[in-house]
Amino acid sequence: MTQNNAAKIWHEVASPFCGIASDDLTIEVTGSTVKVLENGDAITRAGFETPITDIQPRIQGQPSSLSQAVEHIANLFRHSQQPLIGGLGTDLNGARAALALADRSGAIVDSQYSKAAFRNILVLQDTGYMTTTLTEVRNRVDLLVVIGSDIEAIFPRFFERMVWNEESMFGQEIESRQIVFIGKAPSGDASTSPGGRKAKVLGCADADLPEVLSLLRALVKGKQVQATEVGGIQISELQQLAEQLLAAKYSVLSWSGSQLDYDHAEATIQTVCEMIKELNATTRSNGLPLGGKEGDTTVNAVASWQTGYPMRTSFYRRFPDYDPFINETQRILNNNEADVLLWVSSFNVAVTPPQSNASTVVLGRSGMQFETEPEVYIPVGVPGIDHEGRTFRTDSVVSVPLRKLRDSGLPSVFDVLTAVEQAL
Amino acid sequence: MLLKLTGGRIFDPAHGMNDVVRDIYVRDGRIVDAPSDSKVDQEIDVRGKVIMSGAIDMHTHIGGGKVNIARTMLPEDHAEAVVERTELLRSGCGHAAPSTLTTGYRYAEMGYTAGFEPAVLPINARQAHMEMHDTPIIDKGGYAMLGSDDFLLRMMAANADQDAINNYVAWIMTHTQAVGLKVVNPGGINAFKFNQRKLDLDEKNIYYGVTPRDILHRLSTAVTELGVPHPLHVHGCNLGVPGNMHTTLDTIQGAEGLPMHMTHIQFHSYGTEGDFKFSSGAAQIAEAINKNKNITADVGQILFGQTVTASGDNMRQFAGSPHAHPNKWVCMDIECDAGCGVVPFKYKDQSFVNALQWMIGLETFLMVDDPWRIFLTTDHPNGAPFTSYPHLIKLLMDRSFRNDILSTLHPEAQNATHLASLDREYSLYEIAIMTRAGAAKLVGLADRGHLGVGAAADITVYTDNADREVMFSKPDYVFKDGQLVVKNGEVIKVTWGTTHVVKPEYDASIEKPLQEYFDKYHTIKMGNFKISNDEIADDGRGSLTIQPLRQGGKL
Repeated sequence: MTQNNAAKIWHEVASPFCGIASDDLTIEVTGSTVKVLENGDAITRAGFETPITDIQPRIQGQPSSLSQAVEHIANLFRHSQQPLIGGLGTDLNGARAALALADRSGAIVDSQYSKAAFRNILVLQDTGYMTTTLTEVRNRVDLLVVIGSDIEAIFPRFFERMVWNEESMFGQEIESRQIVFIGKAPSGDASTSPGGRKAKVLGCADADLPEVLSLLRALVKGKQVQATEVGGIQISELQQLAEQLLAAKYSVLSWSGSQLDYDHAEATIQTVCEMIKELNATTRSNGLPLGGKEGDTTVNAVASWQTGYPMRTSFYRRFPDYDPFINETQRILNNNEADVLLWVSSFNVAVTPPQSNASTVVLGRSGMQFETEPEVYIPVGVPGIDHEGRTFRTDSVVSVPLRKLRDSGLPSVFDVLTAVEQAL
Repeated sequence: MLLKLTGGRIFDPAHGMNDVVRDIYVRDGRIVDAPSDSKVDQEIDVRGKVIMSGAIDMHTHIGGGKVNIARTMLPEDHAEAVVERTELLRSGCGHAAPSTLTTGYRYAEMGYTAGFEPAVLPINARQAHMEMHDTPIIDKGGYAMLGSDDFLLRMMAANADQDAINNYVAWIMTHTQAVGLKVVNPGGINAFKFNQRKLDLDEKNIYYGVTPRDILHRLSTAVTELGVPHPLHVHGCNLGVPGNMHTTLDTIQGAEGLPMHMTHIQFHSYGTEGDFKFSSGAAQIAEAINKNKNITADVGQILFGQTVTASGDNMRQFAGSPHAHPNKWVCMDIECDAGCGVVPFKYKDQSFVNALQWMIGLETFLMVDDPWRIFLTTDHPNGAPFTSYPHLIKLLMDRSFRNDILSTLHPEAQNATHLASLDREYSLYEIAIMTRAGAAKLVGLADRGHLGVGAAADITVYTDNADREVMFSKPDYVFKDGQLVVKNGEVIKVTWGTTHVVKPEYDASIEKPLQEYFDKYHTIKMGNFKISNDEIADDGRGSLTIQPLRQGGKL
């Protein structure tokens, strides 16, 4: 305990701020000040420790009560031709409430992380994939191939928790695990083995990834290749990797949708996923898409079970109307196709609404700063700090309970959106 | 408020009532005795109507990761079955992988008042409950899935005593909020992670040296000794493999008299005779069920058309993936706990294999003598969507309808079945056993599936109709916990059912090795794995109903 008698220590706290949702954090709360004591990293510390500043809702920049703000939002929805519920940085019950409101009001739903998430979803809907989850990786991976992604920059504890753990359940010598990066080189040393062995990097530009991976797939299938080099990588290097993949007992190919940031990156992911299926003709190999922070996985999962479709679904025609291209936030706003934008960002003060001509309502984390003051702003509680909640991890299999660590009095997204729906 | 349903024809097999005219009284969600002062607040005239308790689907994939993968994967399947919102009901989608809201509405509209998710991966149980929480009207519950989880296999490899295994099973059931225990391809999902591609009943997992037979024995013993009412729910080895009937017969023999439920047995009843090397094993399987009174089974009937198969059995789903239609599929290894495979599939009436699968399912229904031990399922959505139940009931109750369809199927398949010679037609009483009294008894629901005083007032009222598909598609009234939720086949009120669980006792000492196991190998803490009662209550709509353990259950 600390010297402050009022401080409370929480153990085994789960972080919703990173898609691997580490749940071994120790956190100290003193009043409304939160401090990560153990197992923090740059992302979880920023996530938990961002202080509460404003707690009062505003309408057109003027302080208001919560009920006035709710009524103002309801009024905007009543008169809207086409509302858009975007951002959607929220937890399970926030997502439920957002979908109920969208269904009731004919809104379109989309998430701030859709651009990355859909690089995987489009593959799922076209050809599918074989994937694995974090605990399997921790215990089984013998060859990890990282595709076009600097994992540790966005998942700082990935290597510590999933690759360089002390012990595998199956007696594997941890030091023997092979790591190969294709494309981006890692920004730090997290991928270096405990014995000091650095990961192998087959560096290339993002633009060359489609071609490099197509060639790797061809080599895995035993095709003859005429070229000697692709994207600056020697074919002999790729040939060696193909042989490693075929020889590995449990290879894992991992990527982050947000870091494969180029047009039609889904086609690259599809190439990788089809190659994985082909590898499984003789050995075991799996994909591990990494993403899912700040409710990203959660809102797609909830939308799928409540409506049949993930994000980018419109309820304008009174039924779920899914289109991953038409129902895209930026496109809709650029074309003035929505007149009300309800932006939800309860985890991250930096995720502010895009500029648009729509009347903008923000349910944001306390401390959010705006270039243009929104029509309505309600500071909301953070799931896992200000109220209980649940969030899904990147693999969309494991979900963790989020705890209420302090009593801030801030309303949850669920509270606000349910009140708006009831006011309609 | 006292409600009286006057003059209906009661089919209540739990009380031996077969078409008995009797009034039913309902107060505070329960069936009650006739009041002494005969003061009734509301009376509904149901003279001539057929009255049964609400139907119970004891095996239906309505919640959890693999179902949600199926939903996300199949926008084109939903597109033909989108459902508009109304003043009362949320929008959604139907068909093979319906949305949770639509699932609840459709079940209620068919007179069903409960559905049980049979494959709850412990590590994914939280999600299964979230989805079931968003499934309106019907009651629900889940069977926790063990048998390929490394913790159990490690215990077995170390030859742990049965009490320790019982403790672990009870701990898992308690903290995943389960009502039953299931095993899927015992040990096979685990073996697939070690690149084994099949695992017969007596074949060893190459890492643990444990066989499926060992696993079945350990788990069925645990369920029996813990007093869990639902017998071990077994999805056996070699699903879909021609010749698997022998594995199934061996499995039944291997139960050694312990209660065991063989699920979607149609998929496990295949022989290798004939030009196609694929034949019906239904006669032998039915004979084995008839003879072994410890065995129950549900059929997993297939019906023709597009659907999606979603299973924990990723070993067999991977093997089946070349048949995906449309050509996309998912297989996953999951958390040293289990796995899953999702493969869309179209059953075609002019396919020899599919036509024979249809016949094998119906043969099984018709050749198992005791309707208390055979259950009506399509293994939704694996054999067909649950919305096809009225059609399936008609196939069972109407021989000429059945034979008319049979005559249109693949001609070689017709030659490979004796189905046309099976005269049996199920009676309304037998349907009530299979879908109500028997199902409630099997799952272990003390207060459901019957119309006796004290039962929950889950009641379905049908107009008798010679066309049984029409009759069972559209009940006149459905009451859920005494509230009128469906009238003339349409939902008129949305309620939220309870979650049925059992809470077998365990010795807390099991948490010591579990804590160590989670800390060392897992990526979630043991404390965060556990699903609290509050999570089931959730936003206040949910509730927990703890069903009694069987007498004689011991720790």
